[in-house]
Amino acid sequence: MAQDNTLVNGWQPVIGLEVHVQLTTNTKLFSPSRNQFGEEANTLVDLIDLGLPGVLPVLNEGAIKQGIKFGLATNAEIAETMVFDRKNYFYPDLPKGYQITQLHYPIVKNGRVSIEDKEVRIHQAHLEEDAGKSIHDIYEDESVIDLNRSGVPLLEIVSEPDIRSAEEAVRYLKKIHQIVTYLDISDGNMSQGSLRCDANVSIMRPDDKEYGTRAEIKNINSFRFVEKAINYEIKRQIKVLESGGKVEQETRLYDAIKDETRSMRTKEFANDYRYFPCPDLVPFSISDKLTQEVQANMGELPEQKQARLVEAYGLSEYDAGVICGDKLTADFYEAVVKNANPELTAKWIIGDLNALINKNDVNLSDSKITAENFSQLIQKISDNTISGKIAKEVLEEIWESGEDVAKVIEGKGLQQISDKSELEAIVDQIINDNPSQVTAYKSGKDKLFGFFVGQAMKATQGKANPGLINQILKSKLN
Amino acid sequence: MNFKDIRESFRNKEISAKELTQDSLDKAKKLSNLNAFISTFDKDALKKAQHIDNNFNDYKVLALGGVPIAHKDIFCTKGRRTTCASKILENFTPPYESTVTSNCHQAGSIMIGKTNMDEFAMGSSNETSFFGPVINPWGDSLVPGGSSGGSAACVAADITSLATGTDTGGSIRQPAALCGITGLKPTYGLVSRWGMIAFCSSMDQAGPFARDAFGCAALLDAMASYDAKDSTSAKRDKVKYEDALRNDFGKLKIGVLKGIDQLGISEEVLKAYDNSKIVLEKLGHTFVELDFSELSSGICSYYVIAPAECSSNLSRFDGVKFGHRSDSSNISDLYLQTRSEGFGEEVRKRILIGTYVLSAGFYDAYYRKAQKVRRMMKSKFDEFFKTVDLVFLPTTLDQAFEMNRKSSDPNRMYKEDLLTIPANLAGLPAISFPNGLANKLPIGAQFVGNYFSEDLLLNITHKIQEVSDWHKIIP
Repeated sequence: MAQDNTLVNGWQPVIGLEVHVQLTTNTKLFSPSRNQFGEEANTLVDLIDLGLPGVLPVLNEGAIKQGIKFGLATNAEIAETMVFDRKNYFYPDLPKGYQITQLHYPIVKNGRVSIEDKEVRIHQAHLEEDAGKSIHDIYEDESVIDLNRSGVPLLEIVSEPDIRSAEEAVRYLKKIHQIVTYLDISDGNMSQGSLRCDANVSIMRPDDKEYGTRAEIKNINSFRFVEKAINYEIKRQIKVLESGGKVEQETRLYDAIKDETRSMRTKEFANDYRYFPCPDLVPFSISDKLTQEVQANMGELPEQKQARLVEAYGLSEYDAGVICGDKLTADFYEAVVKNANPELTAKWIIGDLNALINKNDVNLSDSKITAENFSQLIQKISDNTISGKIAKEVLEEIWESGEDVAKVIEGKGLQQISDKSELEAIVDQIINDNPSQVTAYKSGKDKLFGFFVGQAMKATQGKANPGLINQILKSKLN
Repeated sequence: MNFKDIRESFRNKEISAKELTQDSLDKAKKLSNLNAFISTFDKDALKKAQHIDNNFNDYKVLALGGVPIAHKDIFCTKGRRTTCASKILENFTPPYESTVTSNCHQAGSIMIGKTNMDEFAMGSSNETSFFGPVINPWGDSLVPGGSSGGSAACVAADITSLATGTDTGGSIRQPAALCGITGLKPTYGLVSRWGMIAFCSSMDQAGPFARDAFGCAALLDAMASYDAKDSTSAKRDKVKYEDALRNDFGKLKIGVLKGIDQLGISEEVLKAYDNSKIVLEKLGHTFVELDFSELSSGICSYYVIAPAECSSNLSRFDGVKFGHRSDSSNISDLYLQTRSEGFGEEVRKRILIGTYVLSAGFYDAYYRKAQKVRRMMKSKFDEFFKTVDLVFLPTTLDQAFEMNRKSSDPNRMYKEDLLTIPANLAGLPAISFPNGLANKLPIGAQFVGNYFSEDLLLNITHKIQEVSDWHKIIP
């Protein structure tokens, strides 16, 4: 059980994740309201979402197919019959006073995913409805409720406690993110809450037979916070135990601003959810036919896509792996290379574009970069209209403004100078202006070649075609 | 007038829908002491009646064309107050229509009002209503039974010829018996629950009240429909129950209980029951004795499952979105005060019981065991129906009782449902019809049939009513 390389001060962290994934469906899990993020508050709400007296839920079969897809992708067992249960608790944004979920007969059981050379087992994945949203910071003295999210279908993916470090937890979460986005199970947008995660964290001595008492950290909504929250929690528990205390079984919240977790409720105040089978929904049988239909229409998994990119575009395993890291990027790549050189495209996505994405901490889909525009940029590099250096400038410009590549180049006069006679005149001028450097170069100081290139670039504001400049300089100096 | 005569005279233009409606509204007013109604809709009803008279040809062909009707105040009616006889919904006006009332409107009936009931259908005497008890038309101090007491009283007092009710543990059949009319609880799933405020979702089933089986058949024809909005709704070919009254189901084997005199049933009820057996014999049917020693365990199972489901179903009444809201400064006080003020004692009691039996540590001992008993009950009936076509039972242990007599003793009140609960646990259809009179009060008996045998239940009751007069007696 113990894995020395994951020990922290001689303690073995043991981690399990519960990942909530909002499913991509047209309508909600039990009502005909649209399932959509970002609409005006309380506009995607019908009688069922409001929990009016006398209304009844009707199961959305689209959500079932999404669940089956996830099960197939993780080599899990798909339930023959699944049962919905009610989880009872009072909360203002939970209109019925209970959440419809699956406790004993979930849609998916016993799956597994590989993260590098390690396997994490998935205990189960079950369908449930999301709650609405309580908003406390719009009005001074009042809290308000938005029920647009009420009833949005969720798949809750529960791992076994197989994870041993915060880094592994992030890798696992990224893997889940990859699977659900590749298969269009979810848009996976963490900042919009489409994918959120609770982490169960405990620590033990490597030779302990039983796990330590765990704390559950609720509602973590970015990869970075998952890592930070778990690392904080591990350190906190070590401190508690090493000072002779006991870890409490409790629910904790991660505060990203203070970078700490704090207690939300302890075990004594834990809800008794009084689960029981929901009498409004009959047990649902999943036929082999339905599973086969889903299987036949499943999209490409990351590994499959990676292999295909290597095969079709001659990319290296490494480059294809980076590009397939998330589906948005992979799809973007494929759209760009319809009209652009595949290798150059890969180089620019992995390098400069990814750098911009990381620097600004946004999703590619939220940026102003379109595949079409990016494709133009690559073409302009390929046909020597602009140099790599200028291309960086252009990329930054279109990242900011979203403007057309050709317009940016033209508007700023950034076209590469490839006119030989124009460049020869410039080189002649440089040779004339720097007689001592010319003498030194000719007497064997080869390093000075770079000085002349620099001067030429300076004179042309970087627009000189570098290949051509080299060629002219060499012929004139030698 | 019974339903058949009303429809005939409307169709023959002997009387207009408007006259019929005015007549019902007048009677409702005259008999307001019964407290059978929570709301009446005089203006809307007369307007609809006028519309029907103006379009006579369209309506004369409809099953319930021109016939005034009353609906239990458990069915949501769009734009019209729906209270479930609770303070918590005292001023609740639904923005949508239940499938049952919508079906009845479409069949051409005229809703004159919404009837009183036990709060959230929890009760067997109609004494738990926030709007006060309903009085049995047979005696000023007597209860009409519950929970559909207002609907039963309304038909018994001849205010309307038809009314809807719901039956979770006997809430149609028991008041039908105590008020001397006919009432049918259909197979679970035959009538849509969409828009019917839930008490115990796995047993709640809406059904018809009328003086006789004929009226029940016509009303059931209107009420029953497959409904995609209710996942427990049964998808089946539509049966025309009114036509089925003319069918000949032949000589039937009828199950009767061994040791029925050991169940605490009153002498009068047993006598009426024996007399009905003689009538059945004369009609050519034969009896098979059944061993049903598990009968009384039904009550125990029911009073675990029903409170469990109700504790969850009634969680939505929290003062946040609709219904009564108390003035409170924080959320837990809001819940506590709203629900303490809004729910009556019986409802609060059942929520507490339900919360208890579902709690961690008690679930297996109560809820799981109750479900086991329920499955046993179901398989018991499956076994019965291998050898018999119907099971024949008294509906109640006794006749209508005095107000306040049982409400102080829940065990006695809950025992009221002894003979009706098994059909609910099993999801089977059952019909109660008047089969005697003693001490100037009516007595009822019931048939329990196999799943979806409503046609047979209505048919045999109709055949009995062709040769007897108990259903014709008006208080």
